[in-house]
Amino acid sequence: MTRSARRTRRMLQVSGLGTAALLTLSACGSSDSGSSSDTSDSSAKKLSGTVNVFAAASLTESFTTLGKRFEKEHPGTKVTFNFGGSDTLAAGITGGAPADVFAAASPKTMKIVTDQGDASGEPTTFVRNRLEIATVPGNPDKVASLKDLTGAGLKVVLCDKTVPCGAAVRTALDAAGLKLTPVSYEQDVKSALTKVELKEADAAVVYRTDVRAAGDKVEGVDFPEAADAINDYPIALLKDAPHTEAAKAFIALVRSAEGQKVLTAAGFLKP
Amino acid sequence: MTSLHKPGAAADTLQGASRRRRTRWAPLPLLLPALVGLAFLVVPLVALLVRAPWRDLPEQLASPEVWQALQLSLLCATSATAVSLVLGVPLAWVLARTRFPGRGLVRALVTLPLVLPPVVGGVALLTALGRNGVVGQYLDQWFGVTLPFTTTGVVIAEAFVAMPFLVISVEGTLRAADPRYEEAATTLGASRFTAFRRVTLPLIAPGIAAGSVLAWARALGEFGATITFAGNFPGRTQTMPLAVYLAMQSDPAAAIALSLVLLAVSVTVLAGLRDRWMTAS
Repeated sequence: MTRSARRTRRMLQVSGLGTAALLTLSACGSSDSGSSSDTSDSSAKKLSGTVNVFAAASLTESFTTLGKRFEKEHPGTKVTFNFGGSDTLAAGITGGAPADVFAAASPKTMKIVTDQGDASGEPTTFVRNRLEIATVPGNPDKVASLKDLTGAGLKVVLCDKTVPCGAAVRTALDAAGLKLTPVSYEQDVKSALTKVELKEADAAVVYRTDVRAAGDKVEGVDFPEAADAINDYPIALLKDAPHTEAAKAFIALVRSAEGQKVLTAAGFLKP
Repeated sequence: MTSLHKPGAAADTLQGASRRRRTRWAPLPLLLPALVGLAFLVVPLVALLVRAPWRDLPEQLASPEVWQALQLSLLCATSATAVSLVLGVPLAWVLARTRFPGRGLVRALVTLPLVLPPVVGGVALLTALGRNGVVGQYLDQWFGVTLPFTTTGVVIAEAFVAMPFLVISVEGTLRAADPRYEEAATTLGASRFTAFRRVTLPLIAPGIAAGSVLAWARALGEFGATITFAGNFPGRTQTMPLAVYLAMQSDPAAAIALSLVLLAVSVTVLAGLRDRWMTAS
């Protein structure tokens, strides 16, 4: 056993060395960018370092745009993103992932992080998202309302109730007093949309922003019950953020008029 | 790997060897990594048992969704194994007993689903057999048959990832089996198909059994291709692995409970069948 323990320790040492080397490298990277921004520029606050943003997958397009804008406005900074399902991201943050900012697709997933005491200050709602029906291009089945989806012979996919978009769909259906049997409960909003893009399903209920992002591969149909199932998107600064100032500035950009313009263009609603 | 190619033969040798040198111990440099390897494979499963919500377990398992998912899993895995047997044994025979140009390539293609990420398999099935797929659009137009989102779709997805296990296993056994028995049968007047049926099949039965068990177990655990190709609907396409994955998003305790069921079923079947078939001479 001692021999195996020693071997294990040696293996750990080797991998530890590797990690240390990586850390040193990344530290070098960030200190480099720090020193380069030492030459004071015109902007009021000198910002430096890498802002690590964990954001819901539905924010991919708009946040990427905002990240580029931020880097341009603050030379010497860098914004890196980790897009994914809000649940997965929250689990990563509570598990110790190195993140500065968390933008979630629902207050419920944000609560996972705040309950653990990982957020610094109160999260704020920065946008809201509304459901929309996505049909195959041209809407051949003439879907005009949520009720039309309950018609026989129509293949509809919904999000599973365990993910935010599925919970929202359920609320909307309850509000309309409708019972809808889909062909599948998909594990996230993107895979629901993909089934329509591939024309395997006739329609899906997804976020308006996803319909917008899919371009002309799907057609969006608005329905009134969506107003009862609006999703709030909270954003928060994280407690262990290594670059607090830059992270704060990024959140400020997201909430600024300029940031809101990018987000509403993507189909998000103002909070 | 050896056990994958000719499980029957390998198991025989192992059993024979252990019978001959029962009292001899493995050298330490082999024994230690072996034990670490064993712990690496077993500890995560033990962790499931440790963290299992034992008190709520009866309630968790009594829900109709769990039984629906389990029944569907067993039905689909068994059907997928049947499909693999009907198509896979002849395929293995062709690969082992005939010569044709490009046979190496064909064998490589057959084993491809073994290394392909299952999600890629699901995407491939969707582009081939989906309602809008290369083949699927004609199934829809001519026969009104669509495969995604159906139980048949689950069976197809599972067979796609499981059949290679059977083919490889049977092909290995066929290569190890002496072809002279078949030749003798044909010289005595039997047709090649009769010789296959009456001589070859009984000869390679242990290999077929071993391959079936492997394929069945692989089909039972299939997740990626199923959720991609067949979607997720309770009672129709939601198998146990899908139920576990979705439960994990909202209720980890339920996911652990479901995992335990799947684990128990797999262990029971693998242990039972391995003893009876894989080591039978």
